Amino acid sequence: MPENNPLDPEQGPIAPGGGYGAGMDLAASDADTLERAPGHGQEPGGPAGKPRSLWSDAWRDLRRNPVFIISVLIILFLVFISLWPGTIATQDPLQANLQKSQAGSEPGHPFGFDSQGRDVYTRVVYGARASVTVGVCATAGVVLLGSVLGGLAGFFGGWWDAILSRISDVFFGIPVVLGGLVFLSVVTNSTVWPVVGFMVLLGWPQIARIARGSVITARQNDYVQAGRALGAGNSRLLLRHIAPNAVAPVIVVGTIALGTYIALEATLSYLGVGLKPPTVSWGIDISDASNQIRNAPHMLLWPAGALSLTVLAFIMLGDAVRDALDPKLR
Amino acid sequence: MTTASRPTTPEPSDGRPADREPILQVRDLVKHFPLTQGIVFKRQVGAVQAVDGVSFDLFPGETLGIVGESGCGKSTVAKLLMNLEEPTSGEILYRGEDITKLSGRALKAVRRNIQMVFQDPYTSLNPRMTVGDIIGEPYEIHPEVAPKGDRRKRVQELLDVVGLNPEYINRYPHQFSGGQRQRIGIARGLALRPEVIVADEPVSALDVSVQAQVVNLMERLQDEFNLSYMFIAHDLSIVRHISDRVGVMYLGKIVEVGADAEIYEHPTHPYTQALLSAVPVPDPEARQYRERIILSGDVPSPANPPSGCRFRTRCWKARERCVVEEPLLAVPEAFRGTGGPAAHDSACHFAEEKPVVPRER
Repeated sequence: MPENNPLDPEQGPIAPGGGYGAGMDLAASDADTLERAPGHGQEPGGPAGKPRSLWSDAWRDLRRNPVFIISVLIILFLVFISLWPGTIATQDPLQANLQKSQAGSEPGHPFGFDSQGRDVYTRVVYGARASVTVGVCATAGVVLLGSVLGGLAGFFGGWWDAILSRISDVFFGIPVVLGGLVFLSVVTNSTVWPVVGFMVLLGWPQIARIARGSVITARQNDYVQAGRALGAGNSRLLLRHIAPNAVAPVIVVGTIALGTYIALEATLSYLGVGLKPPTVSWGIDISDASNQIRNAPHMLLWPAGALSLTVLAFIMLGDAVRDALDPKLR
Repeated sequence: MTTASRPTTPEPSDGRPADREPILQVRDLVKHFPLTQGIVFKRQVGAVQAVDGVSFDLFPGETLGIVGESGCGKSTVAKLLMNLEEPTSGEILYRGEDITKLSGRALKAVRRNIQMVFQDPYTSLNPRMTVGDIIGEPYEIHPEVAPKGDRRKRVQELLDVVGLNPEYINRYPHQFSGGQRQRIGIARGLALRPEVIVADEPVSALDVSVQAQVVNLMERLQDEFNLSYMFIAHDLSIVRHISDRVGVMYLGKIVEVGADAEIYEHPTHPYTQALLSAVPVPDPEARQYRERIILSGDVPSPANPPSGCRFRTRCWKARERCVVEEPLLAVPEAFRGTGGPAAHDSACHFAEEKPVVPRER
């Protein structure tokens, strides 16, 4: 790729043998003509080509990145089976046949049966909806709330920062399991939303701290001062200058946290305060199966494998996006 | 105050007529940074007196150099001029209008006319923006300057003006060397066609050979666009090369100001003399004839500056008067009315000439 041609630093403009004195007398026009070596690292399409920006370059880069394509395909597949699980699993995930309890795979039931004699394959497919919803929504909520609050605290500082940091300290102090028992035991609604809300409530300070720190780091750079000197308002400084330079750690932590939230949902379900049957979720199945790992490892293997694949896909996606947003890695 | 009575040393030899209106007038500029204790309930325990009563004028088309060692408040002056910091007191008059009191739209309009070139070319360009976006951003913030379809062409013209290939428009800052990056920073500063450019050590982060190119570029642009520069540096040779007038700062105050020949060849303030005596002399023959003035001690803390003259703790001439009476920045009595090159503003009770730089031959 032509743009990967590293520019030879100071190529040309130095006059041979030019010390300090000689450099001082160097006519500016000489430097100009030398520096403009023709055909050196020309962009395809030349200056008449389309103007490019960080986002269009990042998108161009992503489309060619196999990691990005694979992760997007996995995520699209997960979204598809979450919406229409019936298309690839024709059985009923709740239908139990105790005669087949913990039985291995057989024709028509490739993943075998669980303790209740329910088809594991069907349950893995149907479980995607609850697990992916909890994971994605909790992560999205945590990242949005955390990065907005933390970013504003880092940018404006002062009282807003002091108050927000103390509030996030309070939430940090609440143990997740104990908090879950207290918060969720009063909720009778058995959908995923109370669980998601609880995770966002307890999860945002983690992202807020990271966002605050990276915004403070980015804010101190001269280019922010330069933007201000040009007359840029706070929103432009935040969105154009600070956010793209502060987002990388948030992406990394956010994508890793996604798996944690799916696992946390399982923990809460195990304690009886998370999702409740008849909701089907990987978390519930994993916590059921973990007691039976010596008798029937397949019961654990398949839902846990599905969970790992989901987490992996999101981590790969986050990695690819983070790399694409860093022009130095291109 | 000295500044009111001061005719700003009109020197016909500068080609600067005495009746010319200054474009920027700085009057008694003060910036104190409060030192606080406590996290939630802060109380002030003192103040760092970064800038303490600085006054100067900047005329159209001239270059005012500001020199001084690290921590003397040079960069704070630059930030105050750019309205990036709010002064504790004092005025900055741009064409007679005090810009320190402006905000919102009026401030944005003034910003078009005063722009800045930063010291560090590595942190002053956003690494995640293309060169086209960096130089084009001024037009996005001030859309009235250039119509939308015209901007890209203007950015390429600016790249051309600062000596970069206009085809580099889609590249990112990390693909350039330090000198090239500083040119990009200069192009961004020029985009709005300002009248004043505040350059805060624009070449001190660059290789010596590249420094000359950037300084020469800035001189060429000054002629081309009739710019006024406020050029801050600690390199005395560079300042002499580019400046029409020079101000010397020490611990938040200007101690001596005058035309470059006045300051470099007829310094009357002991601090200026000490500073100049440290400039390396390239001629070994001349070197043996010059006297090096080695100052004792360190710069006092700006949080607790000495009484009277701030330089007295390190000055070999310090006497009782220096402790109790602060010297004002004015033409010293000894030279008043002589009209010679030593008759320029110097804030010393015991100002006298002392040649410290061998004359250029």
